[in-house]
Amino acid sequence: MKSVTKTGRTVDEAVAAALSELGVTADLVEIEVISEPSRGFLGLLGGKDAEVRVTVKPDKEQVAREFVTGVLDKMGMDASLEVLRRDDSVTFNIVGQNLGIIIGRRGETLRALEFLTNVASGKGAGPFKRIFVDAAGYRQRRERDLAEIAVSVAKRVERLGNRVAMEPMDARDRRVVHLALQGRGTVETYSEGEEPFRRVIVAPRKGDGKSPQDGGR
Amino acid sequence: MLRDLVSFIARSIVDEPDQVSVNEIEGDKTLVFEVKVASSDMGKIIGKRGRVIHAIRALVQAAAAKEGKRASVEVLE
Repeated sequence: MKSVTKTGRTVDEAVAAALSELGVTADLVEIEVISEPSRGFLGLLGGKDAEVRVTVKPDKEQVAREFVTGVLDKMGMDASLEVLRRDDSVTFNIVGQNLGIIIGRRGETLRALEFLTNVASGKGAGPFKRIFVDAAGYRQRRERDLAEIAVSVAKRVERLGNRVAMEPMDARDRRVVHLALQGRGTVETYSEGEEPFRRVIVAPRKGDGKSPQDGGR
Repeated sequence: MLRDLVSFIARSIVDEPDQVSVNEIEGDKTLVFEVKVASSDMGKIIGKRGRVIHAIRALVQAAAAKEGKRASVEVLE
Protein backbone atom coordinates (compact mmCIF):
# COMPACT_ATOMS: atom_id res chain seq x y z
CA MET A 1 0.00 0.00 0.00
CA LYS A 2 1.26 3.46 -0.90
CA SER A 3 2.04 5.62 2.07
CA VAL A 4 4.07 8.72 2.90
CA THR A 5 5.25 10.38 6.09
CA LYS A 6 5.14 14.18 6.24
CA THR A 7 5.79 16.94 8.73
CA GLY A 8 4.20 20.36 9.09
CA ARG A 9 3.57 23.10 11.63
CA THR A 10 0.13 21.64 12.29
CA VAL A 11 -1.38 18.19 11.73
CA ASP A 12 -3.60 19.66 9.00
CA GLU A 13 -0.62 21.10 7.18
CA ALA A 14 1.25 17.82 7.34
CA VAL A 15 -1.79 15.92 6.04
CA ALA A 16 -2.30 18.42 3.21
CA ALA A 17 1.34 18.01 2.17
CA ALA A 18 0.99 14.23 2.17
CA LEU A 19 -2.25 14.32 0.17
CA SER A 20 -0.74 16.54 -2.50
CA GLU A 21 2.28 14.27 -2.80
CA LEU A 22 0.04 11.18 -3.10
CA GLY A 23 -2.29 13.03 -5.43
CA VAL A 24 -5.47 11.80 -3.69
CA THR A 25 -8.31 13.24 -1.63
CA ALA A 26 -8.82 12.77 2.11
CA ASP A 27 -11.65 10.23 1.74
CA LEU A 28 -9.28 7.73 0.11
CA VAL A 29 -6.67 7.58 2.85
CA GLU A 30 -6.02 6.50 6.40
CA ILE A 31 -4.23 9.06 8.57
CA GLU A 32 -2.01 8.18 11.49
CA VAL A 33 -0.68 11.00 13.65
CA ILE A 34 2.86 10.06 14.67
CA SER A 35 3.46 13.18 16.75
CA GLU A 36 1.45 16.28 17.61
CA PRO A 37 3.23 19.61 17.16
CA SER A 38 4.56 21.39 20.25
CA ARG A 39 5.27 25.09 20.53
CA GLY A 40 8.52 24.88 22.47
CA PHE A 41 9.83 27.46 24.93
CA LEU A 42 8.07 30.80 24.43
CA GLY A 43 7.12 29.59 20.98
CA LEU A 44 10.74 30.03 19.93
CA LEU A 45 13.00 27.24 21.09
CA GLY A 46 12.63 23.52 20.73
CA GLY A 47 9.33 23.67 18.85
CA LYS A 48 8.44 20.41 17.16
CA ASP A 49 6.55 19.89 13.93
CA ALA A 50 3.57 17.60 13.57
CA GLU A 51 4.32 14.31 11.87
CA VAL A 52 1.74 12.14 10.12
CA ARG A 53 1.70 8.99 8.08
CA VAL A 54 -0.90 8.96 5.31
CA THR A 55 -1.75 5.66 3.61
CA VAL A 56 -3.86 5.19 0.50
CA LYS A 57 -6.68 2.74 1.22
CA PRO A 58 -7.40 0.05 -1.39
CA ASP A 59 -10.61 0.78 -3.29
CA LYS A 60 -13.82 -1.20 -2.90
CA GLU A 61 -13.27 -3.37 -5.94
CA GLN A 62 -9.81 -4.39 -4.78
CA VAL A 63 -11.04 -5.20 -1.26
CA ALA A 64 -13.92 -7.23 -2.71
CA ARG A 65 -11.62 -9.10 -5.05
CA GLU A 66 -9.20 -9.97 -2.26
CA PHE A 67 -12.11 -11.18 -0.15
CA VAL A 68 -13.53 -13.51 -2.82
CA THR A 69 -10.07 -14.81 -3.71
CA GLY A 70 -9.27 -15.39 -0.03
CA VAL A 71 -12.50 -17.31 0.60
CA LEU A 72 -12.01 -19.53 -2.47
CA ASP A 73 -8.41 -20.17 -1.47
CA LYS A 74 -9.32 -21.10 2.10
CA MET A 75 -12.09 -23.37 0.86
CA GLY A 76 -9.41 -25.18 -1.10
CA MET A 77 -11.00 -24.34 -4.45
CA ASP A 78 -8.99 -24.21 -7.62
CA ALA A 79 -10.70 -21.25 -9.24
CA SER A 80 -10.05 -17.85 -10.74
CA LEU A 81 -12.07 -14.69 -11.26
CA GLU A 82 -13.38 -12.91 -14.31
CA VAL A 83 -14.17 -9.27 -13.66
CA LEU A 84 -16.95 -7.36 -15.38
CA ARG A 85 -17.07 -3.64 -14.60
CA ARG A 86 -20.05 -1.36 -15.02
CA ASP A 87 -20.53 2.24 -13.86
CA ASP A 88 -21.76 1.50 -10.37
CA SER A 89 -21.24 -2.24 -10.08
CA VAL A 90 -18.64 -4.94 -10.45
CA THR A 91 -19.39 -8.59 -11.21
CA PHE A 92 -16.91 -11.29 -10.24
CA ASN A 93 -17.57 -14.48 -12.16
CA ILE A 94 -15.84 -17.47 -10.57
CA VAL A 95 -14.48 -19.98 -13.06
CA GLY A 96 -12.84 -23.31 -12.28
CA GLN A 97 -13.51 -26.83 -11.06
CA ASN A 98 -16.25 -28.15 -8.75
CA LEU A 99 -18.17 -24.89 -8.61
CA GLY A 100 -21.23 -26.69 -7.27
CA ILE A 101 -19.79 -26.32 -3.77
CA ILE A 102 -19.63 -22.55 -4.04
CA ILE A 103 -23.04 -22.28 -5.73
CA GLY A 104 -24.97 -24.42 -3.26
CA ARG A 105 -28.59 -25.46 -3.32
CA ARG A 106 -30.41 -23.01 -5.58
CA GLY A 107 -27.49 -20.63 -5.34
CA GLU A 108 -27.68 -20.26 -1.56
CA THR A 109 -23.93 -20.41 -0.95
CA LEU A 110 -23.22 -18.04 -3.81
CA ARG A 111 -25.70 -15.56 -2.38
CA ALA A 112 -24.04 -15.78 1.04
CA LEU A 113 -20.64 -15.15 -0.56
CA GLU A 114 -22.01 -12.19 -2.50
CA PHE A 115 -23.59 -10.69 0.59
CA LEU A 116 -20.40 -11.01 2.66
CA THR A 117 -18.33 -9.61 -0.20
CA ASN A 118 -20.52 -6.51 -0.21
CA VAL A 119 -20.11 -6.17 3.56
CA ALA A 120 -16.33 -6.60 3.35
CA SER A 121 -15.96 -4.15 0.44
CA GLY A 122 -17.53 -1.45 2.62
CA LYS A 123 -14.10 -1.12 4.21
CA GLY A 124 -12.54 -0.06 0.92
CA ALA A 125 -12.25 3.54 -0.20
CA GLY A 126 -14.19 5.32 -2.89
CA PRO A 127 -17.82 5.63 -3.96
CA PHE A 128 -20.40 2.92 -3.25
CA LYS A 129 -20.24 0.01 -5.65
CA ARG A 130 -22.61 -2.91 -5.79
CA ILE A 131 -20.69 -6.17 -6.01
CA PHE A 132 -22.18 -9.20 -7.76
CA VAL A 133 -20.65 -12.65 -7.44
CA ASP A 134 -21.48 -15.33 -9.99
CA ALA A 135 -20.01 -18.76 -10.69
CA ALA A 136 -19.67 -20.09 -14.23
CA GLY A 137 -22.51 -17.78 -15.25
CA TYR A 138 -24.92 -19.57 -12.88
CA ARG A 139 -26.77 -16.39 -11.97
CA GLN A 140 -27.25 -15.49 -15.61
CA ARG A 141 -28.54 -18.97 -16.44
CA ARG A 142 -30.82 -18.95 -13.43
CA GLU A 143 -32.34 -15.66 -14.56
CA ARG A 144 -33.06 -17.09 -17.98
CA ASP A 145 -34.55 -20.28 -16.51
CA LEU A 146 -36.68 -18.26 -14.11
CA ALA A 147 -38.04 -16.12 -16.93
CA GLU A 148 -38.93 -19.29 -18.84
CA ILE A 149 -40.65 -20.81 -15.80
CA ALA A 150 -42.55 -17.55 -15.30
CA VAL A 151 -43.85 -17.66 -18.87
CA SER A 152 -45.00 -21.26 -18.54
CA VAL A 153 -46.77 -20.42 -15.28
CA ALA A 154 -48.44 -17.48 -17.00
CA LYS A 155 -49.67 -19.78 -19.78
CA ARG A 156 -51.17 -22.12 -17.21
CA VAL A 157 -52.92 -19.19 -15.54
CA GLU A 158 -54.30 -18.07 -18.89
CA ARG A 159 -55.60 -21.56 -19.60
CA LEU A 160 -57.08 -22.33 -16.20
CA GLY A 161 -58.22 -18.87 -15.22
CA ASN A 162 -57.06 -19.10 -11.59
CA ARG A 163 -54.08 -17.71 -9.76
CA VAL A 164 -50.89 -19.65 -9.24
CA ALA A 165 -48.41 -19.13 -6.41
CA MET A 166 -44.79 -19.68 -7.38
CA GLU A 167 -42.21 -21.10 -4.99
CA PRO A 168 -40.64 -18.72 -2.45
CA MET A 169 -37.78 -16.66 -3.89
CA ASP A 170 -35.55 -13.82 -2.80
CA ALA A 171 -36.20 -10.27 -3.95
CA ARG A 172 -33.88 -10.44 -6.91
CA ASP A 173 -35.44 -13.61 -8.30
CA ARG A 174 -38.94 -12.23 -7.79
CA ARG A 175 -37.93 -9.16 -9.73
CA VAL A 176 -36.91 -11.36 -12.65
CA VAL A 177 -40.36 -12.99 -12.64
CA HIS A 178 -42.20 -9.65 -12.42
CA LEU A 179 -40.16 -8.27 -15.31
CA ALA A 180 -40.63 -11.38 -17.45
CA LEU A 181 -44.42 -11.10 -17.23
CA GLN A 182 -44.69 -7.33 -17.20
CA GLY A 183 -45.67 -6.94 -20.83
CA ARG A 184 -48.34 -9.67 -20.77
CA GLY A 185 -51.82 -8.21 -20.92
CA THR A 186 -53.50 -11.40 -19.71
CA VAL A 187 -51.91 -11.84 -16.28
CA GLU A 188 -50.70 -9.69 -13.42
CA THR A 189 -48.08 -10.46 -10.79
CA TYR A 190 -47.58 -9.44 -7.19
CA SER A 191 -45.73 -10.75 -4.16
CA GLU A 192 -47.25 -12.21 -1.03
CA GLY A 193 -45.98 -13.48 2.32
CA GLU A 194 -43.09 -12.65 4.58
CA GLU A 195 -39.40 -13.19 3.89
CA PRO A 196 -37.89 -15.70 3.45
CA PHE A 197 -41.12 -17.31 2.19
CA ARG A 198 -42.30 -14.38 0.09
CA ARG A 199 -43.49 -15.61 -3.29
CA VAL A 200 -44.81 -14.28 -6.55
CA ILE A 201 -48.47 -14.79 -7.36
CA VAL A 202 -49.46 -14.90 -11.00
CA ALA A 203 -53.16 -14.12 -11.45
CA PRO A 204 -55.50 -13.50 -14.37
CA ARG A 205 -55.74 -9.79 -15.03
CA LYS A 206 -59.11 -8.43 -14.04
CA GLY A 207 -58.49 -4.93 -15.20
CA ASP A 208 -60.08 -3.40 -12.09
CA GLY A 209 -56.74 -2.32 -10.74
CA LYS A 210 -57.64 -3.44 -7.23
CA SER A 211 -55.06 -6.16 -6.83
CA PRO A 212 -52.09 -5.31 -4.66
CA GLN A 213 -49.05 -4.39 -6.65
CA ASP A 214 -45.47 -4.40 -5.64
CA GLY A 215 -42.46 -3.23 -7.46
CA GLY A 216 -40.77 -6.57 -7.19
CA ARG A 217 -39.45 -6.03 -3.69
CA MET B 1 -8.13 -25.02 7.03
CA LEU B 2 -11.77 -24.36 7.89
CA ARG B 3 -10.71 -22.46 10.96
CA ASP B 4 -8.66 -20.21 8.65
CA LEU B 5 -11.76 -19.63 6.56
CA VAL B 6 -13.83 -18.57 9.59
CA SER B 7 -11.04 -16.34 10.82
CA PHE B 8 -10.46 -14.78 7.39
CA ILE B 9 -14.12 -13.92 6.92
CA ALA B 10 -14.47 -12.50 10.44
CA ARG B 11 -11.32 -10.38 10.08
CA SER B 12 -12.52 -9.02 6.74
CA ILE B 13 -15.73 -7.77 8.28
CA VAL B 14 -14.86 -6.30 11.69
CA ASP B 15 -13.14 -3.00 12.47
CA GLU B 16 -10.65 -4.62 14.86
CA PRO B 17 -9.25 -7.64 13.00
CA ASP B 18 -6.48 -8.08 15.58
CA GLN B 19 -9.05 -8.90 18.22
CA VAL B 20 -10.62 -11.78 16.31
CA SER B 21 -9.99 -15.24 17.68
CA VAL B 22 -11.51 -18.51 16.54
CA ASN B 23 -11.65 -21.64 18.65
CA GLU B 24 -12.31 -24.97 16.97
CA ILE B 25 -14.01 -27.89 18.70
CA GLU B 26 -13.77 -31.02 16.63
CA GLY B 27 -16.14 -33.94 17.00
CA ASP B 28 -16.48 -37.12 14.98
CA LYS B 29 -18.54 -35.62 12.21
CA THR B 30 -19.05 -32.13 13.51
CA LEU B 31 -17.02 -28.98 13.83
CA VAL B 32 -17.93 -26.11 16.09
CA PHE B 33 -16.25 -22.75 15.64
CA GLU B 34 -16.42 -20.23 18.45
CA VAL B 35 -15.70 -16.74 17.22
CA LYS B 36 -14.66 -13.94 19.56
CA VAL B 37 -14.51 -10.34 18.40
CA ALA B 38 -14.09 -6.94 20.06
CA SER B 39 -17.32 -6.02 21.87
CA SER B 40 -17.64 -3.00 19.57
CA ASP B 41 -17.69 -5.41 16.62
CA MET B 42 -20.49 -7.68 17.88
CA GLY B 43 -23.06 -5.88 15.77
CA LYS B 44 -20.86 -6.10 12.70
CA ILE B 45 -20.29 -9.84 12.93
CA ILE B 46 -23.96 -10.61 13.58
CA GLY B 47 -25.46 -8.05 11.24
CA LYS B 48 -29.00 -6.73 10.93
CA ARG B 49 -31.40 -9.55 11.75
CA GLY B 50 -28.38 -11.88 11.93
CA ARG B 51 -27.76 -11.66 8.21
CA VAL B 52 -23.97 -11.58 8.45
CA ILE B 53 -23.57 -14.54 10.81
CA HIS B 54 -26.18 -16.42 8.79
CA ALA B 55 -24.15 -15.91 5.60
CA ILE B 56 -20.92 -16.90 7.37
CA ARG B 57 -22.58 -20.15 8.50
CA ALA B 58 -23.80 -20.87 4.96
CA LEU B 59 -20.27 -20.52 3.57
CA VAL B 60 -18.59 -22.50 6.34
CA GLN B 61 -21.18 -25.28 6.12
CA ALA B 62 -20.61 -25.53 2.37
CA ALA B 63 -16.87 -25.79 2.89
CA ALA B 64 -17.35 -28.38 5.65
CA ALA B 65 -19.70 -30.47 3.51
CA LYS B 66 -16.90 -30.74 0.99
CA GLU B 67 -14.95 -32.60 3.67
CA GLY B 68 -17.95 -34.64 4.76
CA LYS B 69 -18.49 -32.74 8.02
CA ARG B 70 -21.18 -30.67 9.60
CA ALA B 71 -20.13 -27.31 10.95
CA SER B 72 -21.61 -24.64 13.14
CA VAL B 73 -20.37 -21.15 13.91
CA GLU B 74 -21.15 -19.44 17.20
CA VAL B 75 -20.32 -15.92 18.31
CA LEU B 76 -19.16 -15.69 21.91
CA GLU B 77 -19.85 -12.63 24.06
